[in-house]
Amino acid sequence: MARMKFICDVNRCIECNGCVTACKNANEVPWGVNRRRVVTINDGVPGERSVSVACMHCSDAPCMAVCPVDCFYRQEDGVVLHDKDLCIGCGYCFYACPFGAPQFPQAGAFGLRGKMDKCTFCAGGPEANNTADEFRKYGENRIAQGKLPACAEMCSTKALLGGDGDVIADIYRQRVFVRGKGAEVWGWGTAYGPPKGGQPAPQPGAKS
Amino acid sequence: MRTMRAIAVAGVALAAALGLSACGEEQQVTVYQQGKYKGKPDAQPWDSPQFGGKEAQWETEINRRALNQSEYSRTGRTGG
Repeated sequence: MARMKFICDVNRCIECNGCVTACKNANEVPWGVNRRRVVTINDGVPGERSVSVACMHCSDAPCMAVCPVDCFYRQEDGVVLHDKDLCIGCGYCFYACPFGAPQFPQAGAFGLRGKMDKCTFCAGGPEANNTADEFRKYGENRIAQGKLPACAEMCSTKALLGGDGDVIADIYRQRVFVRGKGAEVWGWGTAYGPPKGGQPAPQPGAKS
Repeated sequence: MRTMRAIAVAGVALAAALGLSACGEEQQVTVYQQGKYKGKPDAQPWDSPQFGGKEAQWETEINRRALNQSEYSRTGRTGG
């Protein structure tokens, strides 16, 4: 069974914000809510790095653990979704999430906080697939159409990869072996495993 | 004098009894229990007109699409 995940290759991300725009456009996300955003480290300094961040659809999701009304669920393909009809907008999930994924629309003169909104991996929510109700509450359900999230498919440099964790990890591993660097970092073997047959072995410290 | 001492002893005994009554062996650590989803049930991604409930077909299509994200598999080159 597929386990849906995102990987952002920081060596490829050029901070174009195409993923952010694609997400907003595909899901008609309201003003002030950013399901995805690009974070830049050492902005303006040579060697700066950018990474596209959204809900990581954690295997052991803290938002799910802290929700007082238990409105989160995990689909069979690993995507973490929530029921907006049950959400009370308390904000616990926002504090629990290490990625700042949960977003709360502000409305009215008194800064009224709406129900939580977050990246759905373009998998909609607990409504019938690809219906008007689902789109209004959760956005587009591209996964039920056999497509990947709009952000990943729109990424011009293919820095942002989305899909089954095993498949995209293989893509990323191949890139790193072609570059000839990156595989020497601590924890690589644990995260991505040893080289597969036919691929060149990584040269520690080699320049691409 | 004897009455006063008896009252004092009784007072000390009462204070000791009340003071120690809070020193029980009650479990103080909360045991966390994961809640169960209480919302509406959701359909599976393959329960759509396009896939008609065929999970394997959906998974094949998703993986084919995911592999399109690799230039190496799209162009047939291995890089370098």
